[in-house]
Amino acid sequence: MLLLSFCQWLADTPFSTGIRESTYIYPVIESVHVLSLCMFVGLLLLWDLRLVGITLRRIAVSEVWARLIPWITLGAVLMVISGLFLFASDPVRFYGNIFFRIKALGLFLALLNALAFHFGIERRLVEWDTSAVTPRAAQLAGAASIALWAVIVVTGRFVAYNWFPPLV
Amino acid sequence: MASVFQWIEQSWLGTSVNNSLWAFAAFEAVHLLALAVIGGAILVVDLRMLGWVFPRQRVAEVATEARPWMIGSIVAMFLTGIPLMASLALSKYYFNEAFRLKMYFLAAALLFTFFVRQPVALGDDARANSRMAKAVAIMSVLLWSGVGIMGRGIGFY
Repeated sequence: MLLLSFCQWLADTPFSTGIRESTYIYPVIESVHVLSLCMFVGLLLLWDLRLVGITLRRIAVSEVWARLIPWITLGAVLMVISGLFLFASDPVRFYGNIFFRIKALGLFLALLNALAFHFGIERRLVEWDTSAVTPRAAQLAGAASIALWAVIVVTGRFVAYNWFPPLV
Repeated sequence: MASVFQWIEQSWLGTSVNNSLWAFAAFEAVHLLALAVIGGAILVVDLRMLGWVFPRQRVAEVATEARPWMIGSIVAMFLTGIPLMASLALSKYYFNEAFRLKMYFLAAALLFTFFVRQPVALGDDARANSRMAKAVAIMSVLLWSGVGIMGRGIGFY
């Protein structure tokens, strides 16, 4: 299969072997991944909670977004870069790990949720921008995002456990 | 100290977690989720004190919003962290340099947060926006990062 062959090819590159066999690079990348989790998921959570109508209710939705998004983006960039490095260190093992697959599905669904919000209820943001109580669709988008990111974080941690035999 | 760690490991809590296939992973998962919450709740206030987010809101307002999430996640951290540590208190954590450093960072971060940062953030507005407050915010980020990095380091040590 194409994905598997790609993983096998990647695993044999000096780049992948270098990270896999390093003493310090792997722990450093892993620490960056965990710390940027605080910045990315932690601040995204505040935004999602604003959508649900729980935090920062006295600040306009558009302002919460405008102020938080540079930091959420910075956290996301660090997450993705460190995450790709971690994946590259042992791609075949990740590919065959059930939790990694659930995590990948969670990431895809989180992206879909964000797009649904953007092309849905966000288009009428001017109508509810300053209201403490947000529309039901916005609350759902915020709650779905929180739930999906919780699944992504937990399955990400569980990748390290080998409770189940590898799928490939 | 070793005898205390031994007692913890042999306690009901320690043996229950250690003998379970899922308990350690389950507590660890919640510990990691609380890490995300604590990260956001602390970072948003520190960033505000630095003037980098919500410049039109008062520091005290942002700190008041973040407070229940910070306290709640610290409580969740202890409730999940204690069983994790108890499971292998003597055989792993007592000898783990990263765990020891994490505890030092944690003690410093908690003391600094509740006796310095919170009073500054929730106090007088001019002081909460002063250069001193910016130094306090940077110190807060550094101390909590130390806790996080050393926490991750336990697994590598």
